[in-house]
Amino acid sequence: MLIEINNLHVSVKGTEIIKGLNLSIGPGEVHAIMGPNGSGKSTLAQALAGRSDYEITQGSVRYLEQDLLEMAPDERARAGLFLSFQYPVEIPGVSNVYMLKAALNARRKAADQPEIDSVEFMRFVKEKAALMELDKKFLSRGVNEGFSGGEKKRNEIFQMAVLEPKFGILDETDSGLDIDALKVVANGVNLQRDGQRSFLLITHYQRLLDYVQPDYVHVLADGQIVKSGDKGLALELEEHGYDDILAAANG
Amino acid sequence: MASKQQDVKDLVERKYQHGFFTDIESDTVPPGLDEDVIRFISQKKEEPQFMLDWRMKAFRHWQTMTEPNWAKLNLEPIDYQAISYFSAPKSKDDGPKSLDEVDPKLLETYEKLGIPLHERARLAGVAVDAVFDSVSVATTFKGKLADAGVIFCSFSEAVKDHPELIERYLGTVVPQRDNFFAALNSAVFTDGSFVYIPKGVRCPMELSTYFRINAANTGQFERTLIIAAEGSHVSYLEGCTAPQRDENQLHAAVVELVAEKDAQIKYSTVQNWYPGDEEGRGGIYNFVTKRGDCRGDNSKISWTQVEAGSAITWKYPSCILRGNNSVGEFYSVAVTNNMQQADTGTKMIHIGKNTTSTIVSKGISAGRAQNAYRGLVKIFPTADNARNYTQCDSLLMGDQCGAHTFPYMEIKNPNAIVEHEATTSKIGDDQLFYCLQRGISEEDAVNMIVNGFCKEVFRELPMEFAVEAQNLMNVSLEGAVG
Repeated sequence: MLIEINNLHVSVKGTEIIKGLNLSIGPGEVHAIMGPNGSGKSTLAQALAGRSDYEITQGSVRYLEQDLLEMAPDERARAGLFLSFQYPVEIPGVSNVYMLKAALNARRKAADQPEIDSVEFMRFVKEKAALMELDKKFLSRGVNEGFSGGEKKRNEIFQMAVLEPKFGILDETDSGLDIDALKVVANGVNLQRDGQRSFLLITHYQRLLDYVQPDYVHVLADGQIVKSGDKGLALELEEHGYDDILAAANG
Repeated sequence: MASKQQDVKDLVERKYQHGFFTDIESDTVPPGLDEDVIRFISQKKEEPQFMLDWRMKAFRHWQTMTEPNWAKLNLEPIDYQAISYFSAPKSKDDGPKSLDEVDPKLLETYEKLGIPLHERARLAGVAVDAVFDSVSVATTFKGKLADAGVIFCSFSEAVKDHPELIERYLGTVVPQRDNFFAALNSAVFTDGSFVYIPKGVRCPMELSTYFRINAANTGQFERTLIIAAEGSHVSYLEGCTAPQRDENQLHAAVVELVAEKDAQIKYSTVQNWYPGDEEGRGGIYNFVTKRGDCRGDNSKISWTQVEAGSAITWKYPSCILRGNNSVGEFYSVAVTNNMQQADTGTKMIHIGKNTTSTIVSKGISAGRAQNAYRGLVKIFPTADNARNYTQCDSLLMGDQCGAHTFPYMEIKNPNAIVEHEATTSKIGDDQLFYCLQRGISEEDAVNMIVNGFCKEVFRELPMEFAVEAQNLMNVSLEGAVG
């Protein structure tokens, strides 16, 4: 398994949000987590990435044979865990490429590799930017500085393309995108599917799953996975809404 | 550092043993300030009579003045009679003999700053062939500069070799009576730099000076005078570093710039005096008066400063925009960590027509530090079409530090346009987490965010200084988060 989450409980400011979640993801698998607002989708993403104000009160997470919960957020990232943020922040004055280079070199340093050659890096980055249909001028602009909502999301997937993680978590990357942007984002994810990399797609809507085909779909409600299935489950949700499934799960 | 503190204490407290005019090479004037001390300084420097008279006039006035207390600074009263006002280089036998004997933490800092090894040795006070003057003027290119007609020498040399220029310009921008610290400096200044760029000359290279303070040694009172004659250009860099000492030291410098018609002066400072330790012990009290006079039409003076050191910083590099169409600029990064305090900013005095000024101030506070921007924009009735743009940003790290902004505007001409923008932000947990999630360590992430914040100022610095300034930020804010 790439990641095994057992009986995970997460509290934010003393309120329990995730209440005993179990989920295992194998190499190369794409899982989608869907669920109504407030069900704990983003909390799961933040907790896995290691945000300090998300307190793990119970449970365990094994990631690549390591105890993920013992790792600092930057260690997790260097171990190949990537989070595409729902609300990417702006970092004025720090150019996109500068941050990416720092991120890439941090990984190489941790792996005892020399720093990447600047020319090679720029060639690599430009190639990835073209795939994401990002204009070159975005590379030298401040991280997300003055980007539109759609540009920020595309930038997240672009960063993921450059950093080539083992496990990508996309936290509602599809929200707020028009159909063209959605296709670009989905294409960015699909290009990275190589049978080894795994993805966790957190989404509100089924439409992303039209473009990125998941192997498994899970429904999250009140901090627990209440139903799992294949991509047919997503279609079912689209048609009937969460109410029927939640009622069935509770009944 | 206990033994070092003891050394210095001994040095300062010891009674004068060898009579007043013995070999000063290894000696210090006893603490205290009176007319005899000033006469001694002037005599020691073989100054002409006018210089002594000038000092005396300043001293007599200083005695009637009291320290200013309007700045947002909290400091112990300074005992001016406990300071030694002239100190020749310390005996070479007292200093460390090699780099091996120097505090490794200090060397580490120099390494991080990218200061070359020979320079590190000098800064650390190693008794190699180093010169322990407060002023080191690059003499390497003196020939080339002389060919261009540029005068670049120590202030003492200038007093001897070019007394007519000193007499004509000294104190014309910062008068002796300007303020308490300027008056004190005028009475007791020991050295500094002098630059004269003749008419129409574009100075062929960046001029730079490194100021150092060694414990209880010379260098607390520098005086710098730069004159750019009609149509000339000069870029001057000033770096300040002081080794770590446990006692507070007073540094009261004066810098005067004169730009004649069509002349341009760019003055860049990277100030890294010792800031004191985490608990606020030791560190330099930095009370500096810097002012530029755009005397001629179409002249321009640009100040860029990166203030990272000192326990207390009190300085307001200013421009008097006297000439028509003259331009004043002030780009500043002031960073305070631990118990440091800074009250810094600028004054833009618009007198001539069509004068413009730009102020970009970036204040960064961490630890329990206090950082204040204080700026005056004054538009005289004569300054038709004057324009000012002020941008003032503060960045807070942690929740125990403070940022304060005190903008003053006095506008006496109705067609002036004055803009002021101010922001205060915290190094957000969100920003930090975002970088961490990309695999960047916390320390690197903080450095990256801070350097991004300072970018508009750093890009005004000459290239080699920009790199040093960035490194300095990283060193200064080490451990500020987390």
